[in-house]
Amino acid sequence: MMNRIKAIVIKEWREVFKNRFVFFTVAFLPLIMTALPLLMLYFFGDSGDFSEVSSADVPPQFVILCGDLGAGDCTLYFLVTQFILLFMMVPVIVPTTISSYSIVGEKTTRTLEPLLATPVTTLEVLIGKGLAGVIPAVLATWIGYLVYAGGAFLLVSNPTVVSKLFDPLWMTAIFLVGPLLSLLGVSVSVMISSRVNDPRVAEQIAGVFMLPVIGLFVGQITGLILVDERFILWMAIGLALLDVVLFYFAVQIFQRETILSRWK
Amino acid sequence: MNESEPIIVTEKLTKEFNGVTAVKDLSLTISQGEVFGLLGPNGAGKTTTVRLLAALLVPSAGEAWVAGYRLGKDNQKIRRRIGLLPEAPGLYDGLSAVQNLAFFGEMYGLQDIPARIQNYLELLGLWQRRFEPVGTFSKGMRQKLAIARALIHEPEILFLDEPTSGLDPQATRLVREFIAGLRDQGRTIILCTHNLEEADRLCDRVAVLKGRLLALDAPSQLRRKLFGRQVVFHLAEVFPGLADSLEKLPGVGRVEVIENKILASVEKPEIHNPALIRDLIENGAEVQFVGELKRRLEDVYLELLGLTEGSDDEQD
Ligand SMILES: Nc1ncnc2c1ncn2[C@@H]1O[C@H](COP(=O)(O)OP(=O)(O)OP(=O)(O)O)[C@@H](O)[C@H]1O
Ligand SMILES: [Mg+2]
Repeated sequence: MMNRIKAIVIKEWREVFKNRFVFFTVAFLPLIMTALPLLMLYFFGDSGDFSEVSSADVPPQFVILCGDLGAGDCTLYFLVTQFILLFMMVPVIVPTTISSYSIVGEKTTRTLEPLLATPVTTLEVLIGKGLAGVIPAVLATWIGYLVYAGGAFLLVSNPTVVSKLFDPLWMTAIFLVGPLLSLLGVSVSVMISSRVNDPRVAEQIAGVFMLPVIGLFVGQITGLILVDERFILWMAIGLALLDVVLFYFAVQIFQRETILSRWK
Repeated sequence: MNESEPIIVTEKLTKEFNGVTAVKDLSLTISQGEVFGLLGPNGAGKTTTVRLLAALLVPSAGEAWVAGYRLGKDNQKIRRRIGLLPEAPGLYDGLSAVQNLAFFGEMYGLQDIPARIQNYLELLGLWQRRFEPVGTFSKGMRQKLAIARALIHEPEILFLDEPTSGLDPQATRLVREFIAGLRDQGRTIILCTHNLEEADRLCDRVAVLKGRLLALDAPSQLRRKLFGRQVVFHLAEVFPGLADSLEKLPGVGRVEVIENKILASVEKPEIHNPALIRDLIENGAEVQFVGELKRRLEDVYLELLGLTEGSDDEQD
């Protein structure tokens, strides 16, 4: 079982990264998502810039999170935290791209039939394909996060603000919500890929499912939503449930009979 | 070949796709070591039959046993014992020939993968290009690689869905010779084909399908059943009365005249021909040549399909 899954994962990577679009998405998206917040910090990171700023710009609920941080540092902390959701886009987009190309690709080149004629179970194929998307996504998120945290350490002078990057909020987001989101991306891609014949279309439709994540990001900036520890924890629980349900559906449509007779 | 040992048995196997019946009430027994042809027009259900027997599709009704295992119950065991060359080769274009085969070796959990790969790539003349991406291969090379893939786990039963379709004459010949070699190794082969010459040459028995089973027998038997054995007499000149006189002789069926030839259905030419020749000569005919008319399997096939003309099966 493990050998087969490993072989599938490696095969997926060999095939899918030959596609330039996939390669660049996986390589550059996390880079941009890391570089962007670092640039912001570079320009605003010296908390001195904020010394005159009152915490009025920060949504009032957020101020509570600041605890005993000064107004300037609180704003900075707010800024730093904003990027959590930006980071969360990596584990959604990366696996969606990989899975869409891998499944639609197999469908159009008709490589699934010989594969399914072997004793491999459809669950093994699905897990293999899923891991091929989830592993790079999670790695990209984690590496991006470490680079961001390292950069913040150098750019932000107040150690209390920097240490906030390692608070439960960030930890939950990066190490729990990230992987859960990428699994979601895979399941959604499988379902969409069974219906369309163009990987780009599959990816775009899957992108629609990402809108809620972007919505959170916008909601947070505009102060409508406060992403705090409670919020992110509930998000993780909600995602875990959604993952179970959607993966179940993905397994249901990833059956030999269904693939060969109903996938169009 | 051990005729008494069936390796595939189907009983009223039926497959419907939302309302469309692709295969209906198919009952077959295929013996171990047999090369069994599935013939039929487009949409006849050949591919569907193969997919059913390869445990890829679930039958709508009926039962089947493959390699001693019941379909639907022991599918994993069946999959270990069969090899499939699908209609489309379905290779991973980004991977090399070796990587393609190695991947399938892993799927079967094989041990000595490199040795197996080398064996088949050499046999099929692909060894030189083993590290090149399959996307750069010609159609013939792809087909050969797909055949190697179907064989990598040395299956007892091999399903070949139109193995030579789209290949040039040279590649076709190579693939056919390769299949003949597999037959000689004693593997059971189920061969879907539109090419009747191929079926005639390779198959021990053929099933003519069109949704349901129209006929099933050895190619030579089918010919005989449908047309009997026919003898052609080339004469210098055919004049009235010759044909009528022949028709009265024992063992002779229908007699036809085409230009300067007389075509007679004869039960046992070895026994009855001398009397026919004598009769012709006594009636003043000058016999130039005598031969047996070999009907092609194509005639049999078209005749069988003609008999079902007007039925509403899909043709595409
Ligand atoms: N997944 C499917 N959904 C709906 N109908 C199908 C499906 N697969 C096959 N059919 C129908 O079943 C019938 C038999 O198809 P099949 O592919 O088995 O024929 P075939 O004999 O292999 O034809 P060909 O010579 O063209 O390969 C056809 O009418 C086809 O349209
Ligand atoms: Mg077919």
